[in-house]
Amino acid sequence: MATEAHVQAPETWSPIFGRLTLDWIPYHEPILVGTFSAIVLGGIAAVLLMTYFKLWGPLWRDWITSVDHKKIGIMYMVLGFIMFIRGFADALMMRAQQAMAAGGAEGYLPPHHYDQVFTAHGVIMIFFVAMAFITGIMNFVMPTQIGARDVAFPFLNNFSFWMTVAGALLVNISLFIGEFARVGWLAFPPLSGSAFSSGPGVDYYLWALQIAGVGTTLSGVNLLATIFKMRAKGMKLFDMPVFTWTTLCTNVLIVAAFPVLTATLTMLTLDRYLDFHFFTNDLGGNAMMYVNLIWIWGHPEVYILILPIFGVFSEIVQTFSGKPLFGYKTMVWATACIMVLSFVVWLHHFFTMGSGANVNTFFGITTMIIAVPTGVKVFNWLFTMYKGRVQFEVPMLWTTGFIVTFAIGGMTGVLLAVPPVDFQLHNTLFLIAHFHNVIIGGVVFGVYAAVTFWWPKAFGFKLDDKWGRRTFWFWCVGFYFAFMPLYALGLMGVTRRLQSYMDQAWQIYFIIAAFGAVLIACGIACGFINFAVSILRRKELACGNDPWNARTLDWATQSPPANYNFPQDIVVSGRDYFWKMKQDGFKWSTNYSDIHMPNNTATGVIVAAMALVFGFAMIWYIWWLAAISFIGMIATVIAHTFNYNQDHWIPAAKVAETEAKGEVA
Amino acid sequence: MRLSFKIPILLGAVASLSACQYDVLAPSGWVAAEQRDLLVISTLLMLIVIIPVIFMAIWFPLRYRADRPDLSDYAPTWAHSTRLEYVLWGVPIIIVAILGVYTYIYTHRLDPYRPLDAAEIGTEIGEPIEVDVVSLDWKWLFIYPEQGVASVNELAVPAGRPINLRLTSSTVMTTFSVPALGGMIYTMAGMETKLHLIADEEGTYFGQAAHYSGPGFSEMHFDTLAMSDADFDQWVEKARASNDELSREAYLELEVPTMANEVQYYSGVDDGLFDRIRGLCVDEGKICMDQMMMQDEMGGGGLEGIADKHKYQYDDQRAIDGFGNPIGVPATPSAPAHGGHADGETLSMNSHEGAAHDGH
Repeated sequence: MATEAHVQAPETWSPIFGRLTLDWIPYHEPILVGTFSAIVLGGIAAVLLMTYFKLWGPLWRDWITSVDHKKIGIMYMVLGFIMFIRGFADALMMRAQQAMAAGGAEGYLPPHHYDQVFTAHGVIMIFFVAMAFITGIMNFVMPTQIGARDVAFPFLNNFSFWMTVAGALLVNISLFIGEFARVGWLAFPPLSGSAFSSGPGVDYYLWALQIAGVGTTLSGVNLLATIFKMRAKGMKLFDMPVFTWTTLCTNVLIVAAFPVLTATLTMLTLDRYLDFHFFTNDLGGNAMMYVNLIWIWGHPEVYILILPIFGVFSEIVQTFSGKPLFGYKTMVWATACIMVLSFVVWLHHFFTMGSGANVNTFFGITTMIIAVPTGVKVFNWLFTMYKGRVQFEVPMLWTTGFIVTFAIGGMTGVLLAVPPVDFQLHNTLFLIAHFHNVIIGGVVFGVYAAVTFWWPKAFGFKLDDKWGRRTFWFWCVGFYFAFMPLYALGLMGVTRRLQSYMDQAWQIYFIIAAFGAVLIACGIACGFINFAVSILRRKELACGNDPWNARTLDWATQSPPANYNFPQDIVVSGRDYFWKMKQDGFKWSTNYSDIHMPNNTATGVIVAAMALVFGFAMIWYIWWLAAISFIGMIATVIAHTFNYNQDHWIPAAKVAETEAKGEVA
Repeated sequence: MRLSFKIPILLGAVASLSACQYDVLAPSGWVAAEQRDLLVISTLLMLIVIIPVIFMAIWFPLRYRADRPDLSDYAPTWAHSTRLEYVLWGVPIIIVAILGVYTYIYTHRLDPYRPLDAAEIGTEIGEPIEVDVVSLDWKWLFIYPEQGVASVNELAVPAGRPINLRLTSSTVMTTFSVPALGGMIYTMAGMETKLHLIADEEGTYFGQAAHYSGPGFSEMHFDTLAMSDADFDQWVEKARASNDELSREAYLELEVPTMANEVQYYSGVDDGLFDRIRGLCVDEGKICMDQMMMQDEMGGGGLEGIADKHKYQYDDQRAIDGFGNPIGVPATPSAPAHGGHADGETLSMNSHEGAAHDGH
């Protein structure tokens, strides 16, 4: 509890350090000092181990500079899991605070800190966990599903990844230098304007998202070009696996929606830095414009997250049911419907802003209409299992948990889409419960399912079954404990983002929710133990190239796939082509030829590092450093265009050697 | 296992508390009751699909397990059925169509801007009472234009009479919410929103800011006292007995950010104060929002207008640091260059404007 009267460090500026002073280092916050020490010790240990095992070279050559879509995909997953720990730590802190701070008790987090925690939680979970996960899965899986050797622009892919990392790093730097925003994850003005958020917190938010946003937008362009231009010969659009279809729709959404985010955040940046008045109260600004714009990006964003996961579950259901997906074409059209409709529903996020009844009705009904194609998808998964041979492997467990949980989340979502009901439930914990219901029940369950499903492809051995089941049950039960009480609180009218509350009758619900969060923590721990145990037992868990008897081309490669994916060009005819190949007794010919592949490059990571410095300098008004790093970025990119050493040929003999190894394994 | 021992206790505690304060489900006002009805109708409609889905999601994988003894019904290539697809699209479409009709009717009936209608409510309702609401950092100001009093963090209303609310905000955006009486509405600086509610019974209802608005947000709640006409008159008398009057200067003092504010009363309110708050022109020498819009419509101030910029500035004077302490620049610039004439104009325009609003 805050005993002394806190005052923010006075605004000063020096030419060398900008507005950064020692006052901005939070050495008086025990939680942050502890975290910082742990990270430093962990970092030192990691550096020593890396040095001892001589891993720096391989890390640089095989991963950091890699343009291989599979390695970049895996690095996105690593980034996602690391940020997941950070975002979940924030969640635990919030649950603990709300479980304590009832009836006049202040809990252990003062508003100044608590408000940063809930903002960071939302920003991290959406931009650096969920986005990292789905981009990672799309990167790893999609090119192999369409029989490609890599994405259309391999260097750009590497660059996109490192820009995302740079954004994530900026958010984490804000823990120890300065502060993070206290404005909620969408930073509504006027609260996020310079008058009402005077410190560097909102600037961390803006630059982290802008830098990561460059990566996301370029990655969207890249994956779209890959799908349109790099499909195997003979593969028509309607021969593509459903996951590739959902990837296509997601990236259309990314390319269409992320520029809106970039523009919106740019306007807020201009407000804060150059005294523009787009969203201020005075001088003709209008915050309602920001709310509209941010949700024109924000609503498609939730479909950007969930569509690839729908694809994941489609692949899993058909594989473990031993049947082709029920209603493939319906599935594709349903995905396309959702893609288009997601752009005409944004106003349902603020029915309570005073639009007229006709406007609210329009957006309410368009939102409900999205439930139709979504419902059809659920039915299609169910009827894929119908008359199948369902193997209850771990991914299938996640799928069942997903369908049940997502159905409930979908129902509460439609409730919130009814404007008069939303007038009561808007911004309450009912809303919080709803979107965690679909994001955890959908995206998180889907990511765990995808990781379990494609892990053998990535590493050549399966994940441990027992720890996989433990992960699932802790997550599933923990989810219901954590969020059902929030539905109840929402029905009492309790609003979100409360640092403390007077009514002690609410406390028991918050305590149950905190207990649920602890169960989820166990689930997360089981997940990491699963990775560790499986890596240690990798010899035992080793499996062939096609452990699940799958149907799509991604399983036609070796496990792990050679960097060129397929030893020969494939000619596809029809859907589920790998299944057909297996039935026809397909064997790769031993008549190999040279394969053309892109070279690794360090340009991506160098430019992203300079972007990180640029962001940091802009946040702290260190203009000289901002100028140098910006010029450095541009110069490096231009210099890279003169690098003509961008590709190489893998000789046929080398391919033959690699393929022979794969046969044995 | 200690945990498994604890869970039943927790659940028992929940059950014993479940009678309390589900304001949304057991409301005390007609608007909230209608909203609750729609919540129930929508839920029931959707359960038509949700229950079978949950059932199938659990039953299908169990029924069609790979290790079932009789695999004769395994249909490895069955992946399409036009008839079934009609059902799968048709049923959700029908349900959404029905829900859409309900949505249209209720959204129009419960439009927060629409005054309550005795015929629709079906019982006698008294004369409406007007309340002007301002969300300040971090407290609520309620102005009663008919009674000429004002209160902070306490909303008193006569039960059984419609409450006509006009709302605005002094700085950031937040939401006015009394769940027991009905849905919420945003408050935004420089703008006015409207809300119409009614309390069916006497009682004390929880009210809050329902949109995060800065460091003092959690303590920005108020009691709504719904009382008999006689009690309400007494409450007004109590307010009138207060020594404080809500003049423009008093408002500017009140507006300074505070947290966990006590309940306060004002015995008088300056004429047109709410309109000035909404116009961002309580400060002497500021140009009201509506007038600024008129000027913009007529082509704006042009280059000569640059010298007048301070008359339109508002946010900078109300700037806060991360802990909610005011750090804004002073309200009045040291030398308002050609102040006198323009200010007089502002005042006259505004009083005219205020009269227009009273006519509503």
